[in-house]
Amino acid sequence: MTMPLLDIRDLRLSVPLGRFALHPLLKGVSFQIMPGEAYGLVGESGSGKSVTSLAVMGLLKKPLAVTGGQILFKGQNLLALPMREMRRLRGNRIAMIFQEPMTALNPLSTVGRQIAEMFVLHQGKSWGEAEKLAVESLGNVRVPNPDRRAKNYPHQMSGGLRQRVMIAMALACGPDLLIADEPTTALDVTVQAEVLRLIKELCAARGTAVLFISHDLGVIASICQRVGVMYSGCLVEENETRALFDSPRHEYTRGLLGALPRLGSRSEQGRQRLVDIDSIIADRSKLTESRFITPRELEGSQP
Amino acid sequence: MTAPLLQVDDLHVRFPVAGGGLLGKGRRTLHAVNGISFELAKGECLSIVGESGCGKSTTALSILGLQEPTEGMIRYRGKPLTGAGAPNRIDRAKAVQMVFQDPYASLNPRQSVRTSLAAPLRLHGISNGSEVEGRIEAMLKNVGLTPEQARRYPHEFSGGQRQRIGIARALILEPEIVVLDEPVSALDVSVRAQIINLLLDLQEKLGLSYLMISHDLSVVEHMSDRVLVMYFGEIVEEGRWQHIFQTPTHPYTRRLIAAIPDPDARQPLGGCQENSANAAVSAGGQVQDVFSPPTRSELVEIAPQHWMRFAAAAQ
Amino acid sequence: MRLGFNFWLGATLTALVIFAGVLAHWIAPFDPVLDADLMNSELPPDATFWFGTDGQGRDVYTRILYGAQISLTVGIVSQVINSIIGVTLGMTAGYWGGWWDDLVNGLTNVMLAIPSLIFALAVMAVIGPGLPSLLIALGLTNWSWTCRIARSSTLSLKSQGYVQAAQTLGYGDLRIMFTQILPNMMGPILVMATLGMGSAVLSEAALSFLGLGIQPPFPSWGSMLTDARQLIQLAPWAALFPGLAIFLSVLGFNLLGDGLRDSLDPHMRTRKP
Repeated sequence: MTMPLLDIRDLRLSVPLGRFALHPLLKGVSFQIMPGEAYGLVGESGSGKSVTSLAVMGLLKKPLAVTGGQILFKGQNLLALPMREMRRLRGNRIAMIFQEPMTALNPLSTVGRQIAEMFVLHQGKSWGEAEKLAVESLGNVRVPNPDRRAKNYPHQMSGGLRQRVMIAMALACGPDLLIADEPTTALDVTVQAEVLRLIKELCAARGTAVLFISHDLGVIASICQRVGVMYSGCLVEENETRALFDSPRHEYTRGLLGALPRLGSRSEQGRQRLVDIDSIIADRSKLTESRFITPRELEGSQP
Repeated sequence: MTAPLLQVDDLHVRFPVAGGGLLGKGRRTLHAVNGISFELAKGECLSIVGESGCGKSTTALSILGLQEPTEGMIRYRGKPLTGAGAPNRIDRAKAVQMVFQDPYASLNPRQSVRTSLAAPLRLHGISNGSEVEGRIEAMLKNVGLTPEQARRYPHEFSGGQRQRIGIARALILEPEIVVLDEPVSALDVSVRAQIINLLLDLQEKLGLSYLMISHDLSVVEHMSDRVLVMYFGEIVEEGRWQHIFQTPTHPYTRRLIAAIPDPDARQPLGGCQENSANAAVSAGGQVQDVFSPPTRSELVEIAPQHWMRFAAAAQ
Repeated sequence: MRLGFNFWLGATLTALVIFAGVLAHWIAPFDPVLDADLMNSELPPDATFWFGTDGQGRDVYTRILYGAQISLTVGIVSQVINSIIGVTLGMTAGYWGGWWDDLVNGLTNVMLAIPSLIFALAVMAVIGPGLPSLLIALGLTNWSWTCRIARSSTLSLKSQGYVQAAQTLGYGDLRIMFTQILPNMMGPILVMATLGMGSAVLSEAALSFLGLGIQPPFPSWGSMLTDARQLIQLAPWAALFPGLAIFLSVLGFNLLGDGLRDSLDPHMRTRKP
């Protein structure tokens, strides 16, 4: 049994409510990502999928606080790591791309320089060498005319190109894990398809594992091998992507899939009324009591 | 023959854009909408699809009177809705209303639900207190809210409930046409289904005509009777929903449909490679630039009621 | 809504000024003008004259209480005038745009380029000294920032869905401005007005100090400073206490303004755990 790359065990996260009470945002989340695997977290707003990724990156802002659990990255508990060590991992071994690349890129610096900085910072390359590598990585993310584009500022690029630059920066140092938080939500569908294909191909070629966070089941299905469904701070179901979509077991997953208009279903069956999730789930507060994890994963998690 | 409910005839919208040159030398014209024509029938749901910048929102704003067309004519029941002879805001409001994309920005945070629904009624001369109350109550029931919730303010509602309020506000003046601008794209997946079902129920119950602007093709397929595909300010394909989704013909339409990530797809991310996709678009139409005037091309009926744009030279 | 220490300090100081001004007639131990007695001049603070007496033997404590009336009137009235001018110009400029916007912008920039005290001096020179002209002068000079804020708020609010919705529902421009835009920018305007009260109090003191504001013998904090100037070595309390009153009230208005800004910030208001 190979060791998981990322092993999140019973992660609990809270935000203080008033002076004494704590409001739980994550109520004991556990999942594992194997080296090179693409794992998807799907859920609606407020389900806790984004705070999970921020916790892995060590980017939780006060007043959010981890109240329990472990995040093991290559066997090392990230929650116990000093800030200095964490900074060395971030951008180097664990990289992240965000929904809106414009806010994540420095508007006053050329994109070439921003990518080059990753090589200087994490690999101790000279600036001259790093700039060459930056142009090369722009080419790798299929930015046309990479030498010319490297001299552009972020505002001179379209949303799709900026997201490619973000990907180039994230993958610059060949990280073991790429965290992608809704990276294509702000993009047009055709651009989204290109960016998704890019992430998929580059990560597969380099053996980079992906933690992909999205509210869009279709996007998750197109990129991930395994999916975890989050609801209200809990992982309610986890399975192989195909199996999860073909035979969802948790009622929330079933509701979510039924609520989605599917392309082509009207042609096949005529217009079906979409499932109203509230009509099949009697009591939302009981939802998080039951959970389904595939048997294989349960075996795998035994120490 | 009676005039169609809504008729858009050769609509052009151009914006002057300050260019990069000093002293305004580089002033250019952005061709947002380039001569589009279509009709909307009573009780029909017509969708305009396309990507950002294709001109679909500008078209909707022109119909709503929020954007003056540069050329062309929009008629409502045969009477002009723009230009000379256009009705004033009050009369126009009874014809066309809009449901907005963002349920958080589209409600005034300082007005209770009752105020946002009562104010338009009073503005349109319905000042009898019990009639106003009655219509508000009936409308809230129509959109699945309770009359007691009228006292509350927008921040007390969830995104889905806010969108219901937005729908109630659009329908309170009993318009015949409702423009739906990405009505569910800002909502959570489970709420989307509820709002889509509600919109379809209301359409049937009140005999509404919808003009939907969307980039989400699965929603469009579910809701539409007819579909217009727009690309760089022009309609490149037009047809009944079956035409567009079962026999898409224009390369851009095909590319759009292929790009949708679908949870049912066995082959993730099907469709053509990006470079060949661009080439395909330029083969059918031509690669366009919003700053240059459109090249000559025309819509050709390739099957009954199924139209596609060809370059004029290809004729 | 949680309000910080600064807000409460500011609110307390402001309340103290209001309290002093409103109740001056009842709580002041002497008359601010008539109880002049040269026998008592330049007395240091004691049990009878809490803040001492000035060169003409008047009780400094009494005169400060009455001076608060002037400061409050000047602060409030000038800011009401400022806000009305600034909001009207800024909101219409932002909403309508075009040549009107250019004109308002030009005017605002001109106003910002002229030091407001100099402009007030010029206004006072034309219409003469006294309280009404002081109010007019200060009311006409400080609207440029309010105008800019009103304009920029209008520009951002104009693109909000609910403003577009109001347009499609048939609302007229003025109705949209008053029902949809104005209520949503009251927060920043109120903050500007509160902060402006502080600077109005300072300007009043400066103008009165120069002899252009409140005319003797009626007390204002600025004119009290002028009177005390010659005696600064003999009777420092006659200058110290009015100075302190100006300092504390301006501090109070500013802290209150900052506190209001924080609490009216929609990001802090809508955040519900």
